[in-house]
Amino acid sequence: MTADRDMRARVGSIPSGVDFPPVELAEAPALADATVAIVTTAALAHPGEPWEDQSHEYRLFGREESGLIMAHNSTNFDRSGFALDRNVVYPIDRLREMEEEGAIGRLAPRHASFIGSTFELSTFLLDTGPRLAAELRGDGVDVALLTPV
Amino acid sequence: MCTRTVCTLARALEAAGIATVALLSNRQHAEQIGPPRGLDCDFPLGRPLGRPLDPIFQRRVLDAAFAMLPHREGPRIDRFDEVIEDEADQPLSCPIPPRLDPNVPAAVSEARGLRPAYDRGVERIGRTQVGRIVDADGIPDAIRPFVEVVGGRPWNEVEFPGNDPTTVLMDIRAYYEEAALGLSDHVPAARASESWYYRKTKMGELVRQFRTTVQNAEPPFPGMLYLVPMSQGE
Repeated sequence: MTADRDMRARVGSIPSGVDFPPVELAEAPALADATVAIVTTAALAHPGEPWEDQSHEYRLFGREESGLIMAHNSTNFDRSGFALDRNVVYPIDRLREMEEEGAIGRLAPRHASFIGSTFELSTFLLDTGPRLAAELRGDGVDVALLTPV
Repeated sequence: MCTRTVCTLARALEAAGIATVALLSNRQHAEQIGPPRGLDCDFPLGRPLGRPLDPIFQRRVLDAAFAMLPHREGPRIDRFDEVIEDEADQPLSCPIPPRLDPNVPAAVSEARGLRPAYDRGVERIGRTQVGRIVDADGIPDAIRPFVEVVGGRPWNEVEFPGNDPTTVLMDIRAYYEEAALGLSDHVPAARASESWYYRKTKMGELVRQFRTTVQNAEPPFPGMLYLVPMSQGE
């Protein structure tokens, strides 16, 4: 078994602790007309601005920002991929290329990061998730790509 | 744990009218929560788009994800058609600098010796992940408190930079892994540089000794989970 398979098996049965209701899916515009934002749980940060463990908050980053670090303290995933290429976690350059070729309508002006190691989930669902949604809607976002770390 | 969070956030965004698609790193978690639209990517943890420095592959993942957007019934989980596995069992083969001064702790000497490799690594990748608390210049001195604890001083009487030993350890690990990138000329498989750090370097040995030293300490050391990855053994 690889290290990641072992890791998934160890944590996979941790209960969510939330009774999730049925989900209703929003209607997506044609991708070529959509404004797309990235929402990652990679704990992206400016250097010197660490994340608090078990935080439910999010941070917004402009589409042109560079030099972001992945500030997770968890040791249980590969870090060399992001060190080499942020797009393996935060595919901002791929989406910019898709914008330039017209495959997506627009790359959103701001993108969001949470920290993905937080155990308690209902606060994301009831508080910070809706708050982020309102901010992204204000930016005209109608499609979000979510990436886990 | 991150797949739980992205699935939950996807539900919150979708409820507010934003169509979502989530890349998934743990199918078992995703099936518990039920993302509106999720693409199960059996890739190494920490690489949700699969392959660094491979724009064509990353674009394939994005195309597969966005192809789910027209679906209006969920939760729905599709599977990406390619699997990538980590190589934690194959540490990178990187030279370790010799210890020139026996009066300097081995890990401190090693970190100093790796500085040219770190600089090459940063030049290669164009940025650094070092800098949460200390920058590259501060890495050798940031190692000393861990040496002191392994040498017998109680962890709570030692002064760690930023008073945050686990975050400092992430800076030290990033320094080493970027040095490894400066010593190799290819894209390493996932966890290969992690395994080099924890299994082949004096610093990795020091972190393991530190973990052993503090695991039953009083007061309890608060960051036990963040010292050594589960992938590097108990």
